[in-house]
Amino acid sequence: MITDFLDAAVRTATPLLLAALGETVAERAGVINVGLEGAIIAGCFAAIAAATPLGAPAALAAAALAGLAMAAAFGLVALTLKADQIITGTAVTLLGLGLTGALYRVTFGDQGAALRTPTLPPLALPGLSAIPIVGPAFFRQPLPTYIAYAATLLACWWLYRTQTGLALRATGENPAAARAAGLAPARLQWLGTAIAGLSAGLAGGSIVLAQVGTFAEGMSAGRGFVAIAIVALGRWHPAGAALAALVFGAASALQFTLQSAGFDLPYQLFLALPYLLTLVALALAAGRYAAPAALGKRPV
Amino acid sequence: MPAALRSLALTVGTVVVAIALLALLLAGAGYDAAEALGALWNGAFGSWTAIASGTLLRATPLLFTGLAVSLAFTTGILNVGAEGQLLAGATAATAVALAMPASAGLAVTLAALAAGTLAGAAWAAVPAWLRARFGVLEVISTIMLNFVALNVTGWLVRGPLQEPTRIYPQSAMLDAAVRLPRLVPGTRLHAGVALAVLLALALAWTLRATAGGFRVRMTGANAAAAASAGRIRTGRVVALVFLASGALAGLGGAVEVLGVTFALYENLSPGYGYTAIAVALLAGLRPGAAIVAALLFGALQAGAAAMQRDAGVPAVMVSVVEGCIIVLLLASEWVRDRAARAATSTRGGPPTPPAHHASPTPA
Repeated sequence: MITDFLDAAVRTATPLLLAALGETVAERAGVINVGLEGAIIAGCFAAIAAATPLGAPAALAAAALAGLAMAAAFGLVALTLKADQIITGTAVTLLGLGLTGALYRVTFGDQGAALRTPTLPPLALPGLSAIPIVGPAFFRQPLPTYIAYAATLLACWWLYRTQTGLALRATGENPAAARAAGLAPARLQWLGTAIAGLSAGLAGGSIVLAQVGTFAEGMSAGRGFVAIAIVALGRWHPAGAALAALVFGAASALQFTLQSAGFDLPYQLFLALPYLLTLVALALAAGRYAAPAALGKRPV
Repeated sequence: MPAALRSLALTVGTVVVAIALLALLLAGAGYDAAEALGALWNGAFGSWTAIASGTLLRATPLLFTGLAVSLAFTTGILNVGAEGQLLAGATAATAVALAMPASAGLAVTLAALAAGTLAGAAWAAVPAWLRARFGVLEVISTIMLNFVALNVTGWLVRGPLQEPTRIYPQSAMLDAAVRLPRLVPGTRLHAGVALAVLLALALAWTLRATAGGFRVRMTGANAAAAASAGRIRTGRVVALVFLASGALAGLGGAVEVLGVTFALYENLSPGYGYTAIAVALLAGLRPGAAIVAALLFGALQAGAAAMQRDAGVPAVMVSVVEGCIIVLLLASEWVRDRAARAATSTRGGPPTPPAHHASPTPA
């Protein structure tokens, strides 16, 4: 039962981690993209649209590209036209939710319920998956989970061990100084925004291809906002984001575990739990660790 | 061109471009765009019934929530939680109206309206406190509370507030004696629309002509300057405005239950609280202009319903128009900024200050 619980926790944590990793990079560059939710739902839609004709791997790529497109819309208005990042992000979220809902009905008809895709099978890593209790939970998962593991390591290395990573972090602290030092803050902020879009799209793809196997209007269900909370809770560090995402995954998994254990608790209240946890987490994370100093400021 | 005229031209242009985009989208999806837009127009303005029972009825919750968002944004509070605050108001109003004897009539109605207002304020008090005490970004906390409100309502209509036969996920119907009076006999238009318009005018006047309104505008324009030069207790202003914003949305929820649905449902609101952001931005955050913006979006939604019925076009297409309008307005705001900056520099005014206000980097 512990393994089942951990397995569900890792599975629900995967899209949150993917989205939070990209947003960590964007926020280290000083960009807060509240449009993450719009990029995730765009990824969901692209995945379901591409899964049947092209197959799951291509559908994951399509999801990432759809997320990138939403991030480009955000970047165009918030970075190039220098509008307020938070309002722009809110608009991109509304646009994503509306556009995917409309496209889904137009493309697949009002029913659409028939549109299903088989979910990706779990892949057991030889050796690691044989570890008692935790092995099967962490190392017998579908492909997107391993992408998330790899992306965590990659982000840790890239942000802290490369010139570009250093330049990106400098931009997030003080774009004017970064520019004076000969860097290109605008380009680095675009880079961070694009990475956040790609990974949010991938997160949406993983929800459809590894968890649900179908599409529903508004199915991203606030995960974009939860991911932003995870970034803060993870202290703007990829490894911190991984831990925080796992905590959220566990909160969601609790619902399945307690239900299957026969506790008769109202299921809607369990659905509200991750959102309440986000509020508590944000309150706890506040003030103790400094956010990138130029986070959310209009570009120079 | 005077600034007001240019701003009006940009707003009208935005709406025209957004509707042109809708036409393109319709044509691209293989619909007869002319027929669909015709159905949209007829559904919104085609008859007195369409105007009263469609457009005005839909515009009412949009005006309440649009005012809530306008007021908050004016003060620099990004309250995107009007949806949750509206649901909290609807829930409280239903609970109070069902608990009181229907024979008390108008007293029940007034008590339910008050309860909805208070519940909306209470729901907004949580993000207000989280922001004041912990600096939690209200964009995230208010959205989280929207989901909590939706789930709690979903539980209530299947639990404590469920109708007596325990079959449907909804509350019992409110007695006819406690409902809001009909404004135009034969239509569904209720007194709530008048209340919303009065509130909009009162809010416009308060912001423009009172000391409190001045404090609110100064806090939103530049909180640091308002605090240091104007001796304004900005923390208090922000907290009070946040509560007032929630109260407006909560009242909107109560009015929706007492005037339109007569029972509490989980999906009582088709996203009024989110469309409210488009309403507020289109109105340039001015409460008076919000009346017009709410009418426009009310017409769009009423028309969309007709378009789905008569031309088979999914109503959700219209939400694309809403998103486009916000994005286009943000882009045009940039155009406006640039024009203003150009005007300043040609008048030989001070150079534009650097847009970057980051505090000094901590060591």
